[in-house]
Amino acid sequence: MIGIVDYGMGNLFSVSKGLERLGADSFISDDPKELSKSKGIILPGVGSFRDAMSLLEKQKLDEFLREYVADGGYLLGICLGMQLLFDESEENGPAKGLSLIPGKVVRFKGVDANDQVYKVPHMGWNRLEFKHASPVNEGLEEDHVYFVHSYYVDTDESFVTASATYDVEVPAIVGKGNVFGMQFHPEKSGNMGMSLLGNYLSLVEGKEEA
Amino acid sequence: MLTKRIIPCLDVKDGRVVKGIQFVSLRDAGDPVELAAFYDQEGADELVFLDISASHEGRETIVDVVQAVAGSLAIPFTVGGGINSLADMKKILRAGADKVSLNTAAILRPDLINEGADYFGSQCIVVAIDARYDEELGSWRVYTHGGRKPTEWEVIEWAKEAVSRGAGEILLTSMDCDGEKQGFNIALTKAVSEAVSVPVIASGGAGNAEHFQVAFQEGKADAALAASIFHYKETSVKEVKSFLKQQGVVVR
Repeated sequence: MIGIVDYGMGNLFSVSKGLERLGADSFISDDPKELSKSKGIILPGVGSFRDAMSLLEKQKLDEFLREYVADGGYLLGICLGMQLLFDESEENGPAKGLSLIPGKVVRFKGVDANDQVYKVPHMGWNRLEFKHASPVNEGLEEDHVYFVHSYYVDTDESFVTASATYDVEVPAIVGKGNVFGMQFHPEKSGNMGMSLLGNYLSLVEGKEEA
Repeated sequence: MLTKRIIPCLDVKDGRVVKGIQFVSLRDAGDPVELAAFYDQEGADELVFLDISASHEGRETIVDVVQAVAGSLAIPFTVGGGINSLADMKKILRAGADKVSLNTAAILRPDLINEGADYFGSQCIVVAIDARYDEELGSWRVYTHGGRKPTEWEVIEWAKEAVSRGAGEILLTSMDCDGEKQGFNIALTKAVSEAVSVPVIASGGAGNAEHFQVAFQEGKADAALAASIFHYKETSVKEVKSFLKQQGVVVR
């Protein structure tokens, strides 16, 4: 059973529909007690980093997520949910994150090294380039996934499972221990997105059997 | 590298897709879910559903359509037509759409763009602009009410205003080119794309695969939308994409 964290931001419906298409049971909750019963958690989210963190803190979900992960629970952050896993973001002035993976969230500059202007947000289908092997990309070939974001994560390459190129090398799939993040929307990324979500589910289910 | 997007547009009236008649292979060519799945299979990068229902009862059905499509489709989709308030946006986005497209309502009350962007984030808010060249203005003028009413706005000024208020994307339709199948309006598309920092979707005038190539390479469009050439099978998303690949345009 997958718990989807509801903290008032994000398209929870499309994430839960994505899981449903994969035949997985899921529930949506903002209650740490309920969420603690799940074998794996998904932290979705669109919107601003600062608003998201203050909503998480208000419901004590930040503390809960840190404990959940420390106890070995699987956590997958999607889009803003992935950015929240890191130390801080420069969105609306520096704001503290969950600090589950080292790194910070910065804005696309909008101007490249040759002074050429490029579009922000990074919106549309971009190709994943695999950097490291992970249970999440296991058995899959590099393919396109759907991104929509104006900020990206600046982190050590050892945490980057896959990246995409948009002026800079954008960390697209990150992982550290039992914590994972996807900057794109797997639930909106066709068959490739479904396969990536499926791999996360298998990981969680493997834990259930153990 | 970020790919150029091809976006089929489906007109929905009273919960049914109209102009979907050429799909003889489908059991029900008016079913939004079946058509959405068809275009997904074809390699469409996104879909736009435009609600053209005339009656209030007809418009109510769009929520059911959105819910049904969201349950089966694994690519993003936008819903436009008849969205006049934050409450309308909430209804559509909570039903599972990824973006809403605002047109006349945004011109009548530009704060609607701010309200939507503040509540849902810019990535959910598309501003659709219907543009027609105006000799007197020496530029393109914004039209509302399905292209029937001229406004005071010049297109580039309005596009910039919409983006400054939080629009995350501009859906730009050339009324001069729409339905002519002679190609997208390149001058218009380029002017708007270079004036704003957000992606621009070119619309109106697609007649063949080459028109898409020109829209991307010369018009600087980030995405291109078409309706009838796909619906009437004059070409397919697949054909357009394989042509674009040959021409060096990066597509999925």
